[in-house]
Amino acid sequence: MLKIESITKIFGGLTALQGVSFSIAAGEITGIIGPNGAGKTTLFNIVTGIYDPTSGKVYYGGTDITGFPPEKLARLGMVRTFQGIELFGQMTVLENVMVGLHTKSRSGIIASALKLPAHLREERHIRERAISWLEFAGIAELAHMKAANLPFGKGRLLEIARAMAVEPQIILLDEPAAGLNSRETADLATLIMKIKDSGITVAVVEHDMELVMEICSRIVVINLGHKLAEGTPREIQEDEKVITAYLGEG
Amino acid sequence: MKFLEGSMKQELMKFFVFAVAVFTAPVFFKGGYIVNVLVFVGIYTILAVALNLLLGLAGQISLGQAAFFGLGAYISGVLTATYAVNPWVAMVIAAIAVGIVAFILGFPILKLKGHYLAMATLGMGIIVYIFFNETVDLTGGPSGLPGIPNLAISGIIFDSDIKNYYLVWSFAIVTILLSVNLSASRIGRALRAIHDSEVAARILGVNVRLLKVQIFTISGIFSALAGSLYAHTVQFISPASFGFNVSIELLTMVIIGGLGSIYGSFLGAAILTLLPELFRTFQDYDIVVYGIVLIVMTMFMPGGLVRGIPLLARSLLAKVKSGLPSERRV
Repeated sequence: MLKIESITKIFGGLTALQGVSFSIAAGEITGIIGPNGAGKTTLFNIVTGIYDPTSGKVYYGGTDITGFPPEKLARLGMVRTFQGIELFGQMTVLENVMVGLHTKSRSGIIASALKLPAHLREERHIRERAISWLEFAGIAELAHMKAANLPFGKGRLLEIARAMAVEPQIILLDEPAAGLNSRETADLATLIMKIKDSGITVAVVEHDMELVMEICSRIVVINLGHKLAEGTPREIQEDEKVITAYLGEG
Repeated sequence: MKFLEGSMKQELMKFFVFAVAVFTAPVFFKGGYIVNVLVFVGIYTILAVALNLLLGLAGQISLGQAAFFGLGAYISGVLTATYAVNPWVAMVIAAIAVGIVAFILGFPILKLKGHYLAMATLGMGIIVYIFFNETVDLTGGPSGLPGIPNLAISGIIFDSDIKNYYLVWSFAIVTILLSVNLSASRIGRALRAIHDSEVAARILGVNVRLLKVQIFTISGIFSALAGSLYAHTVQFISPASFGFNVSIELLTMVIIGGLGSIYGSFLGAAILTLLPELFRTFQDYDIVVYGIVLIVMTMFMPGGLVRGIPLLARSLLAKVKSGLPSERRV
């Protein structure tokens, strides 16, 4: 599904990633873990077109997508969420998800300004789809609330609902459990499983080990910009190098 | 969704009431000087709405809106006064030409953000202003371009205040309707999304760069139409009407009315056009007054009058009801 091939990223004199390669299999949940500053978010930023890599390639279903801008990737079916949630704060919850349907609609400026019948039909369709995505994420009752006023946990769910509205083939979640309490984390785990069950590939950067071990079928460990290990949750838990990286050398 | 259907109906009602009010207003004023002033309120409403699409919806500042206004006016003026082109044809040419200029300038300029965008658009405004002054053979330079004909439809010449009122306001009403529709649409949502988080909008597949340029172009075309209307109603144009202070005036109108509020832009245009008429003593200090108004508004009523007044009324009402002594809110 997604193949990352010897990605290197250098910021000024700092090497954030050094020759990292791995693949993400279709229909699975892949976890990317590692200590703070390991380069996980940088990797996501490269894959989703926010940064260009210094060297290396990213392939998506066989196509070289290295350096593709995010808006192009969205149209190809790749979408992500952000560590510090990026909502459209001044818009309602429903409108946030409606923006997620941007690529699924095509009324241009003229059709919109003139309110042509095709545009009105499309608007109705967008609204209905958006509501169904809010129901999917279990936040439909908040539809008319201003997004900026949402509690943090609900904001996370909204960000995921909005990303799902793009109808992606792969969704990349950047620390979705950060800042959530244990109940919210449990709800999140259920939602991620639901996304996977609907046939969408999931990649997740996460610090919450319990969550990662529970939902991921494969895990990639990154430390200091290098890939340290790769395997099933069980293999990772028993890997000496991983244990050393996390606990330090005794 | 009952809620949204309801809000759509409400939006339509608002527009209908506004349109009726605009078209009956001259009856109450029985012609006279006030109608002349209201013609300018109409022109500035178009300009303020155009800027609001860019600034209020998409969050992109322009300190050079007067350039598009001026280009529209001068293209119409020169084509009709010097080359005797039909005014309607000239108006269409002006709108298309300014649209093309805005589209081409938009790509490099709108790459910039924040202060840099403000500086670049300011520069654009100044360059165009200098161009109007220096190309004396074409524009008449600082002494202006006289002899611009009125617009006419099948024998009716728009040569009186009342006729111009209906002419200008027909354009203003259509501008408002199109803008209200646009801001409630998929495009409007995408623009507001850009305003709040550009990166999130891009991730969801919004072509941010193109959309910014498109709205900049639309804003330019509306401004050019206002310029053509200005040229044909006043029949004389000079660079002073399209200088830097006009851009600031437009910015003040949008902020007074409220960013993103289309009717607010009308309110801002009305206040800033009518007030100087009432306080003629300010005339030379208008830019100072605009500066003060801008500071006061952004500090105490950042949402503008359209949002700020209901809020203020509600909080006053709440205070009266609770019977508490009024306390200062920070």
